[in-house]
Amino acid sequence: MSRDNILHKVRTALGRSAGQAVADPPPVRLRVPEIAMEDRIALMRSRVEALAGKTARVPTMEAAREFVAGAIAGKTAVASNAPYLVECGISSLPGVRTGIREVGELTAVCAQVDIGITSADYALCDTGTLVMIASPAEGRLVSLLPPAHIAVVPRERILTGLDELFTILPDPAAQTSSMVLITGPSQTADIEQILIRGVHGPGQVTVVIVG
Amino acid sequence: MSVEFDRKIHDTLADANLQLAVYTATGRLKDKRIQVTAAGVLPDYQELRTQANAIKKHVIDNLDHYLEEFERNVESHGGKVVYCKDATDVSDFVLDLAKRRGSRLIVKSKSMTTEEVDLNERLAHHGLESVETDLGEYILQLAHERPYHIVAPALHKTRYDVADLFTKELGVARETVPEKLTLIARGVLREKFLKADIGISGANFLIADSGAVAIIENEGNVRLTTSAPKIHIAVAGIEKVIPRAQDLAVFLKLLARSATGQLVSVYTSFLAGPRRAGEVDGPEEFYVVLLDNGRTKLLPDRSKRESLYCIRCGACLNACPVYRKIGGHSFPWVYSGPIGAIITPQFMGVSHEPGLPFASSLCGACGEVCPVKIDIPKILLELRGDVRKSEAREGLNRIEKLAFRIFAWVMTHPRIYEMAGRMAASIAPTGDGKWIRSVPAPMSVGPLKAWLSERDMPPLPPKSFREMWRNR
Ligand code: SF4
Repeated sequence: MSRDNILHKVRTALGRSAGQAVADPPPVRLRVPEIAMEDRIALMRSRVEALAGKTARVPTMEAAREFVAGAIAGKTAVASNAPYLVECGISSLPGVRTGIREVGELTAVCAQVDIGITSADYALCDTGTLVMIASPAEGRLVSLLPPAHIAVVPRERILTGLDELFTILPDPAAQTSSMVLITGPSQTADIEQILIRGVHGPGQVTVVIVG
Repeated sequence: MSVEFDRKIHDTLADANLQLAVYTATGRLKDKRIQVTAAGVLPDYQELRTQANAIKKHVIDNLDHYLEEFERNVESHGGKVVYCKDATDVSDFVLDLAKRRGSRLIVKSKSMTTEEVDLNERLAHHGLESVETDLGEYILQLAHERPYHIVAPALHKTRYDVADLFTKELGVARETVPEKLTLIARGVLREKFLKADIGISGANFLIADSGAVAIIENEGNVRLTTSAPKIHIAVAGIEKVIPRAQDLAVFLKLLARSATGQLVSVYTSFLAGPRRAGEVDGPEEFYVVLLDNGRTKLLPDRSKRESLYCIRCGACLNACPVYRKIGGHSFPWVYSGPIGAIITPQFMGVSHEPGLPFASSLCGACGEVCPVKIDIPKILLELRGDVRKSEAREGLNRIEKLAFRIFAWVMTHPRIYEMAGRMAASIAPTGDGKWIRSVPAPMSVGPLKAWLSERDMPPLPPKSFREMWRNR
């Protein structure tokens, strides 16, 4: 079998024997800076906007609902099953499909609507990134198939960056089969290095920060 | 240097448009990398490189341990690890799985590892449709070409090339605006995503402690490939393991910066096993193919095993004055540029293309930009030594040896040296004060001809230094 053959070759080449102990790897290197919440919000917004994403900051959950209602304005939308969207009243806005738990139906709906609405488990301000952890509350396709993605994020979920994320979640696989980091709209530069947005994923990303 | 290598280089050098395209594109990538790694932007850049190098060294030195840990953890999440020794192993596995599941259509995201084993061609040969979904790779698949650059695969194609290709292969009206071309591809590929049964991706990192793969991209085609179809297969070289998910904080900061000059890529997918109970979507089956395909041959030599630290960022290509002139298709295998020059001879054997380790000015730029600090120039030198040794074994460099023996003899015998000088002066085209661009036919033979064809010489003076010295 290739497995044993390859492992055997590796061991022979390295001069190791099966099950031989290993010295500790270099210590983990995580540096979490101190950044005040207002600065995190400002940095998050400037990073997303630098990538041609949009941002909004709203004071309350009701204001978040109003903002999203305005953004939908006659278009069709699907919302993930995130409890936060329900609490904001976004899931019950007219024209919003939600509560879908069957993959075939979710795929069909996401492939048709104009906008996908999600929350995000975290945001990383130093790069303008949304952290999406797959769960019963958040599917993968809502932030992927529709041409526009709106993420509604309460401010306390904004982290400083990757180092803080991996401090909080040393092993994301312990809780999910999929964690996706989204930084701005889908883009390509494969033809003459000309930047084009929205090639396979959403061409528009809007981050709504609540609070 | 083989005739083929030589010809391809000459073709590239003769193509002015291509020269401009490659030079501009690599120049732009190079500048962007410099901006986002500058001390003012990323103060701990050098520290991150040192850490990345230390982690890679530790993993490669203990590779079997981390492969087994990775395997155990993938399985604990309900995934499966498949070890493959070569191209046939990989295609056999995919074909067999496709057959058992009754699958016909496969969507693929960009993976240099699958290029290495010609996976698409092998699958097509057995009646499976395997569609590349990264825009650049899709263009190349339609054109039946291999990637020109590790990161920017279709860097050599103009919008007009793409327009012609789409018109011919997809039967669409001719469009030359890049936005419109992209939309055409999006439309065609979206349908494939929704119909495909299997998605095949590469993997940038295999994370041992999580049993997860991490994949970075900008388009969203990796996300689609790994989420929409029922089956996800990730194909990666065995050297891609890192110990901990937390190490991603180091590597992710380096990879996108070095590759495209972004702080991070648009999408980073961290995937651990198939969809779990309660999760709304995601694949039902999850496989990781771990490919050897020659990698184990690099392990015995402590110094050269460093080549396996590579995270395929492409920075060394953009920094390389040779790559920027001779382009990606001159290289004899899928990997081009400095990294191609060091891994191709080790994977395929040094005699595959003996000229390769010499296709470098040893300026050191590649080693300087490498985010995992591979000492590429040192490895190139060692490989040059290997080429010479293998040629000596095969008796290939007899002419060169003879030439050097004659040279040494002439140099150590003053009278002979003087005579030789006079002879050369008498047969060389005489000085009208201009450079000598061609030599008489008897001198223009064999290796000497190739050498002289690229070089002009100053005219010989009427009197030699020795004569002037005697008559002073
Ligand atoms: S050798 Fe270093 S610079 Fe070149 S592609 Fe690999 S990681 Fe990047």
